[in-house]
Amino acid sequence: MVEVILRGISKRFKDNQALSNLDLVVADGEFVVLLGPTGAGKTTTLRLVAGLERPDSGTVTIGGHDATALPPAARDVTFVFQQYSLYPHLSVYENLAFPLRSPARRVAASEIDRRVRETAKLVRIDHKLENKATRLSGGEMQRVAIGRALVRQPSIYLMDEPLSSLDAKLRAELRLELKRIQRELGATVLYVTHDQIEAMTMADRIGILQGGELIQIGTPRQVYTEPRNLHVAARLGQPSINLLPMGLLPDSGLPAGTKTVGARTEHLRIEKSPNGASDGVVDWIEHLGDQSHLHVSLGSHKVITLSPPDTPLSSGDKVTIRYHNPLCFDSSGERLAVHP
Amino acid sequence: MAEIRVEALRKEFTGFVAVHNSSFTIADGEFVCLLGPSGCGKTTTLRMIAGLELPTDGQILIDGEDVSMKRARERDIAFVFQLFALYPHMNVRKNIGFPLLAQGMARGDIRQRVEEVARLLRIDHLLDRSVSGLAGGDRQRVALGRAIVRRPKCFLMDEPLGTLDTEFRDLMVHELRELHNRIHATTVYVTHDQLEAMSMADKIAVMNHGIIEQFGTPREIYDRPRSMYVANFMGSPPMNFLPFHGGLARGSRQVQVQGVDVAVPEVYDDHAPADFALGVRPEHVRLDDGSALRGRVLGTEYLGTTQIVVVETADGVLKARVPADDRIDEGEIVGLSLSSSHLSVFERGSGRAIETALFQEVGHG
Repeated sequence: MVEVILRGISKRFKDNQALSNLDLVVADGEFVVLLGPTGAGKTTTLRLVAGLERPDSGTVTIGGHDATALPPAARDVTFVFQQYSLYPHLSVYENLAFPLRSPARRVAASEIDRRVRETAKLVRIDHKLENKATRLSGGEMQRVAIGRALVRQPSIYLMDEPLSSLDAKLRAELRLELKRIQRELGATVLYVTHDQIEAMTMADRIGILQGGELIQIGTPRQVYTEPRNLHVAARLGQPSINLLPMGLLPDSGLPAGTKTVGARTEHLRIEKSPNGASDGVVDWIEHLGDQSHLHVSLGSHKVITLSPPDTPLSSGDKVTIRYHNPLCFDSSGERLAVHP
Repeated sequence: MAEIRVEALRKEFTGFVAVHNSSFTIADGEFVCLLGPSGCGKTTTLRMIAGLELPTDGQILIDGEDVSMKRARERDIAFVFQLFALYPHMNVRKNIGFPLLAQGMARGDIRQRVEEVARLLRIDHLLDRSVSGLAGGDRQRVALGRAIVRRPKCFLMDEPLGTLDTEFRDLMVHELRELHNRIHATTVYVTHDQLEAMSMADKIAVMNHGIIEQFGTPREIYDRPRSMYVANFMGSPPMNFLPFHGGLARGSRQVQVQGVDVAVPEVYDDHAPADFALGVRPEHVRLDDGSALRGRVLGTEYLGTTQIVVVETADGVLKARVPADDRIDEGEIVGLSLSSSHLSVFERGSGRAIETALFQEVGHG
């Protein structure tokens, strides 16, 4: 069983506290994504697991063994970086075989050949094994880079925004492939990104990092529907969650102490108002292709929701807006439990 | 400000053609995105407009004047690469004013112009600060200010937001568009990100292997794709294609897919029996037990407010976007109903859309 356990990890770089008292468990075969903006401590966490950094305090346990003081080579982890670092003078085959040819590993030639071909098939690059690495498209190169990480069959895969240097289109495709490969292998993956779609679609659990602290960790559905605080709520969802002050709309029935109401598309009922009373006016409908955003003004506040493709609303329409089980936050930004 | 006309533009590098016979017109004040995957010729096209590459053939006219063979600095354009390149040892004021200083403008005039631009970008309170201490957004505004201050005829931007965090990128997308709404400078913007293009552009040129597949407003491109390539490039997940074989008669309003009649926009021409594909966007598929078109659920992809349901049908996989609260179980057999007025029909051999009433809507919005 390969399980990675971080306990009470802190790490400081000069005057920057990169991580504070981080606890994190990645279970065997689990795909955990750490989500956060630049500087949140995502990459530092990966580097600590890899052994590229030492924590100031706390322990790193990999597969039941204390790895805190072990050098990277002794940890049986593999790292996939943002830029595909391939050997340009070698073929795809040789690039994939390279990690197995290390004298320390003593893998038999026939075994190397079997593993390379198997991996190439898995990342769907088996038709280009003899190509030079430089004669590949960006997506193919990144698949080789991922393949090179897979071929060694390490205990855990560490991935630092491996898709971010790719075209948007390709990124969407590789997202699905990576998830498929992980499932097929039952691999343990710790993956960091600032892209919420990557986190939502690939992760078994998402950890939200902010300023070196793990704010919340849970399944995509948990962190989306039950965010711990305003920060987590604002980090997930497109368009972003609408944060409205109490008193703006009829809000009887919301818990005592609510300061801010968090309302996503599914928390609002927006309808054309019959003559008379209305809460707001439709500014415009922004067509973004697979999403259309409905922009509504409520006095000085704006509400943006996903609009269905066949919405009867159009700009200038007066609308009534009602909450439907919204998220409620207190004055410190923590979410309040709602008792039905 | 300027109109840019590109006529039969072509660029060959040794051994391969980067841009084939491209023609399009960018009206004065328009924001146009050149969109496509890497290697599609979008950057080469932009560099030819800028004068950084010379065309092999064809013409580029800026405000009616043929500039095809003019040098970059004779074209009065501003080229914005990655927006972050600033002079670290200069303050904000000097960074913005530098292009004017280099032109030899009088100091008093420079001061006035810099302050005007800073107000436009809402960074006038930062003018005397050093750029090295600025937050990312402000640095980017300074870089933009430096491009605007010369008042060039047009802006050419090559993936200026490419390296930014997604959240920050969304913010800058809106700022760039708002800035455009204020100054109305003709802008050509290169990106591979369809969402950037859809959010900012007045018109989009979708490029593929050096060819412009379609040039039109974001809605035309998305709702009425002229080719399977465009239909597949736009949207995430992209359009579903359901293959079928048969002839199509002028005036007919339905096609048969997997033995089921599906209503489509009226077909305008007669077509001999051939391979076709019915194109449907995931958001135009509804799960409907009453429908005869059926499939088995392979899985779902949770996206928060919505989810993508992957359904295996007799003729391949189809994806539907439905609300995230709908309970859908893997292995379940579901009916699929398609929103008829939004369907496209493609001829699979050529990959082109056939003329139907779908395109009729173009005229009246």
